[in-house]
Amino acid sequence: MSSVESVPPPNLVAPPRRRGRRSSLRSWRRGDQLIFVLAWTAGVALCLITASIIVFLAVKGVAYLSPKLLVTSPSAAVNQAQSGGFLDPIVGTVTLAVIGTLIATPLAVISAIWVVEYGRPRWLVGIVETSIELIAGTPDIVIAIFGLALFQLGILAPLSFRSTGGGVYGRSFLAAGIMMSLLALPLTYTATRNGLRAIPRHMREASYALGKTRITTIRRVLLPSLRPHVATGAVLGMGRIIGDTAIVVVLLGATLQNSPENGVPLLGFLRGTGSTLSSYIYDNSPAGEGNAPQKAYAAVFVLVLIIVALNAIVGRVSRIGVHASAGTGRLSR
Amino acid sequence: MSGARAVLERLRKPWSDNRAERMLGAVACLTALSIVAMVVFVAQRAWPTFSHDGLSWLGSGGNLDNQIGAMVSTPANPPASAFVFHAWPLIYGTLLTAVFAVVLGLAASILTAIFIVDFAPPAVRRLMTPVIRLLASIPSVVFGLIGVLVLVPFVGNDLIGAGQKASVANVIQLTGAGLLVSVVILTVMITPIMTALITDALGSVPRSWHEGAVALGLNPLRATIAVSIRAIRPAIISAAALATARAVGEAIMLSMVSGGVSFTPKFQDGVIFLFEPLRTLAEEIVQQSEGLSAPALRSSIYSIALLLLFSGFMLSIASRLARMPLRKYELSS
Repeated sequence: MSSVESVPPPNLVAPPRRRGRRSSLRSWRRGDQLIFVLAWTAGVALCLITASIIVFLAVKGVAYLSPKLLVTSPSAAVNQAQSGGFLDPIVGTVTLAVIGTLIATPLAVISAIWVVEYGRPRWLVGIVETSIELIAGTPDIVIAIFGLALFQLGILAPLSFRSTGGGVYGRSFLAAGIMMSLLALPLTYTATRNGLRAIPRHMREASYALGKTRITTIRRVLLPSLRPHVATGAVLGMGRIIGDTAIVVVLLGATLQNSPENGVPLLGFLRGTGSTLSSYIYDNSPAGEGNAPQKAYAAVFVLVLIIVALNAIVGRVSRIGVHASAGTGRLSR
Repeated sequence: MSGARAVLERLRKPWSDNRAERMLGAVACLTALSIVAMVVFVAQRAWPTFSHDGLSWLGSGGNLDNQIGAMVSTPANPPASAFVFHAWPLIYGTLLTAVFAVVLGLAASILTAIFIVDFAPPAVRRLMTPVIRLLASIPSVVFGLIGVLVLVPFVGNDLIGAGQKASVANVIQLTGAGLLVSVVILTVMITPIMTALITDALGSVPRSWHEGAVALGLNPLRATIAVSIRAIRPAIISAAALATARAVGEAIMLSMVSGGVSFTPKFQDGVIFLFEPLRTLAEEIVQQSEGLSAPALRSSIYSIALLLLFSGFMLSIASRLARMPLRKYELSS
C-alpha cells in the first residue's frame, strides 16, 4: 500500500469557507438571519435526535438486559419473567449475516472488477450497473416476497423447510440468507467500484510493463490495495442485513425458536426456520404477538450495540483506506 | 474424482485474459439476471389480479378489509368475483406519508447541508459525518419500537383530546398511531440519506464560484443559496428521488406505528387529520405474509409487490436521470 501513499488525497471535506467577520451577521437581511438560525437548528437537531435515541436505548437496555437473557432460548409465556431470553435470535442474526455476506461479497467484488477493469461490451456493462442500481432501490419487502415465490419452486425445495405433507413453504435460513445477499450486494459493489476507480492508472501500467496479464494485475496488484474498500463494503452490507426485518418475517418464519429440519445437523439447521434479533424485537413490540416491551428493549440494545460497533469498524477501516486511495471519505456511499 | 481434480488443476493455473474476462462477466451478468427473475416471478404471480381487476385495482370502492377478508376464504380455483381489490386506500396512505416525509426531510437536509459546509465549526463538522452515518444505519425496527412504545402513547394520551377522540369514535379510534407519528419517524429515517448526498454535492462545488459571488457583494449565505445550491439542484432532486424510494418501500416501521387501518385520512377533518390511522402498500404485504395460501389473496399481495417494484425502478431511474446535468460541470463522481 505504501506505493499509493504518495498520491495526495483529493478534497474529502470542503475546505473551510471564510465566514467574514462575526459582526457582519447583523447586517444580513432578516430572511437570511432566519435561514442561518434554521440551519443551525437543523444541524444541532440531527445530532440531538441521534444522541437521544442512543442514550434512551442505552438506559432502557441497561435496565432490562441481564446476562441470562443472552444465553437462554425464548419460550412461550404470558409473563415477561418467564418468556426466556434471546439466544436463538442472536444465533439467527449471526447466521444470516454470515450467509448473506459470504454470497454478496464475491459477487459484488467480481462484478465491480469486471465493470471497471474489462468493461466490454459497453451495453452489457450498462445493464449490469443499472440492475445493481435497481436492486439498491428495491424495497426489502419486495425482495422478501420475491424470495418466497422463488424458493417455493419444487426444484429449490431442498433448500428450505417442508411441511409433513410435502408442501414447500420456501422458508429457511438459506432462503433468507440468499435474499439478504441482494441487500448487501449494492453496498459492497459501490464501495469496491469506487476503490477500483481511485487506484491510479500508472499502477496498472507498471504491472503491464512488466509483462503481467490483466487478470494477474488484478490479483496481484489491484486486489491487495482494494482490501480496505472491500472490507468497508462487506461491513456496510452486514449492517444492512442485521438490521433488516421484512425478509426475516417473510422468509425465515420469525418463529419463537430456531427449529431445524430433520437430517444432517448443520444442513438441517440451515434448512430450518428461526428468528433474528430484528424479528424478535418486532414480535415483542406491541405490534407483534409477544408484547413484551422489556424484552424488546433489551434486544434493541444488543442490536444497536452491534450496529454501533459495525459503524466504528467502517469508520476505522475507511480512515485507513483514505490514506491508501481516495473515495471512501465521502459522506454518501 | 480425477475429473474434479482436473478441473481444480485447470482453475489453479494462471488464467488467460480471455477466459478471465468471460468468467467475471458471467458472474456480473448473474446479478443482472436476479432483477429479471424478480420481475418475472412477481409479475407472474400478480397476473390473475390484474387480468380480473384491470385499472379498477388502482381505484377506490368498497371496504378494503372486507375484500381481503373475503379472499382468505376463497377456494383453490377462485371465481373472478373473488379477485375484487381496490388498493386506493393503501396507495393514498403510501403517497401521503412519503410526500410529507420527503418534503420535510428535504428542507431539513438542505439546511443541515448548508450548516455542515458553511457554518459548523471544524470540530462539529468532523462530528457530523459519524452522526449522520449512525442515524442512517439504525434499523427500521428500532425506529418502529421507539415509535410504538414512546411516541404513540405520547400522542395518544397527551396530544389528542378526549373530545377529539369522541368526535370520530363511530368511524375510527384515535390511539395515537397514525399519520403524525408515521411522518415524523419516516422523516428522521430519510433525512440522513438525503443530507449525506446533498452535503457531498455541496462540498464538490468549486470554492471559486462561491468566492466570486461573495466578491460581488453577496453575504456568504446568499452566495451559497444563489450559487452552490443552484448548481447542485440536480443532486438535490436525485437525493429526493432516492429518499422517496426508501419512504415508499418502508414496511416494518410503518406497520408498527401507522395504526394499520385501511382508512384514508381526510384533510377536511382539521387537526384530527394528523392523528388519523392509515395503512400503506408495503405494510399490507407484511401483514398478509402469513395468509398467502389463499390464491386470490396471494395474487393481490403480489400485485402490490409489483406496483412497489415498478415505482422503485422508476425512482431509481429518475434519480439517475436527474443527476445527469451534474456531469457537465464535473460536480459529481
